[in-house]
Amino acid sequence: MKYIFLIHSAENADPRPGTPEFDEMVAAYGAFNREAAAAGVLRDGAPLQGSQTATTVRSRGGKVTAVDGPFAETKEVLGGYYILECQDLDEAIAWAGKIPTAAYGSVEVRPLMDMV
Amino acid sequence: MTGIAAQNAQSVIEAIVKAEWGRVISTLTSICRDFDVAEEALADAVLIALRVWPVKGVPGSPRGWLLTTARRRAIDRFRREARAGAAGDELAALQRLEAQEASDEAGQPIPDERLKLIFTCCHPALSLNARVALTLRTVGGISTPEIARAFVVSDEAMAQRLVRAKAKIRAAHIPYAVPGADLWPERLRAVLAVIYLVFNEGYAATSGAELIRQDLCKEAIRLGEILQHLLPSEAEVRGLLALMLLHDARQPARCGALGELMTLETQDRALWNRPQIKRGLTLLIGALARGYVGPYQVQAAISAVHSEAASFGHTDWSEIRLLYEKLYDLQPSPVVALNAAVATSFIEGPAAGLSVLAGLEDGGALTAYGPFHAARADMHRRAGQGTKARKAYKIAVRMTENEAEKNFLRARLTELPVT
Repeated sequence: MKYIFLIHSAENADPRPGTPEFDEMVAAYGAFNREAAAAGVLRDGAPLQGSQTATTVRSRGGKVTAVDGPFAETKEVLGGYYILECQDLDEAIAWAGKIPTAAYGSVEVRPLMDMV
Repeated sequence: MTGIAAQNAQSVIEAIVKAEWGRVISTLTSICRDFDVAEEALADAVLIALRVWPVKGVPGSPRGWLLTTARRRAIDRFRREARAGAAGDELAALQRLEAQEASDEAGQPIPDERLKLIFTCCHPALSLNARVALTLRTVGGISTPEIARAFVVSDEAMAQRLVRAKAKIRAAHIPYAVPGADLWPERLRAVLAVIYLVFNEGYAATSGAELIRQDLCKEAIRLGEILQHLLPSEAEVRGLLALMLLHDARQPARCGALGELMTLETQDRALWNRPQIKRGLTLLIGALARGYVGPYQVQAAISAVHSEAASFGHTDWSEIRLLYEKLYDLQPSPVVALNAAVATSFIEGPAAGLSVLAGLEDGGALTAYGPFHAARADMHRRAGQGTKARKAYKIAVRMTENEAEKNFLRARLTELPVT
């Protein structure tokens, strides 16, 4: 069954582009993608642009409003996601633990609904 | 049958059902792959037992009878659902049930699936409250209202907790399995933590506690026994069981004639359950022999040192301090450091103990911890520092929520010389 992996971290905790740490992180994510693909579990995934690029939209009574910023101002922000197909939660947890950001951030693991 | 005979029959049957519940439900859950289906099938079987056994007598193998009857109910249910157009999952479950029925009739032994049940109930993805409730309900076979009473919540709240826990297992696909080698140490620790939590819930409630709280200690010990039977080579499993048996052996002495709290200092040691202490010690020695010394074994060893002292004055505090230091290496915590300081106060005198406490206080971790102030008060008292003792006892009284402990501390306050 499919799980979504929502990757969160404090924005200043992520390595800055141009630094060797950033290059290491890119390489680590590349390795993760290859491993997940080789195992046949990778269905989707992408990094998100920074939370400063976010816009939150609501539609109430037919009126659509757009506001600057992410859904919630939190210390750790959503930075990326994966969708992997796993046998059970233990397999999903194992994959989540390998996501590079899990080493200093948090990965929320949630099953997708079976829309058959 | 007369009213009394009927009631006896009911109690006898309920006791049998409770004893066999974990074993039967773990097998049913393994086959049905659904906690609710398994529970409903077994609950139906129990209703039948309550009707039939008083008349026909208890069967030679109550476990076999309950499993066969529950399995039958589950098969009938899945067949009905199959006729109504069931999904693949249910048909697969039906096949597994029918296969087990056939193998059972052919005389093949039914494997004990309780380990899968225990590890699933104690999965870290479930909240701690959920783990405790589910373990007591499914492994312990304790009714939801009884669990609710033990944890001082309403029946509905506890029922909801169980519903949500089972829903999470289903929705997130928590596997019904024994963890593999790489996850084993962490998952076993989670199981032991649940059992120990149940024990502490029962043990921390002191004198004058309702029987239900004492029963919690017994339930935790029972769960510990089951785990020890299933995992005979795990040192910490044996260690936890030893710890619980040793602590519990003192229960008869913990309550004074007026229902007041009796500490290790004042307990009548003649009331301690010596056979249980002996059993605890045997288990502990067996655990230590396995060559892996974990925190539960160390705590059991500390309890053993107390248990072996003829009186409070004979306590081997040096040994106890050594053990707390060992425990600190394994689980550094301010509470462990506090206990080591108490040992120091008995080895080198209260002034030395107070000096250690002053060092601990700097960290700030213990300021919100009632027993820290109680320990400090006691050391001041023993050092003849009445004013400081009075101040510390007052803080300790304010911080404790337990009535019996409050009374104990207040009594100590009144015993202080008037300044």
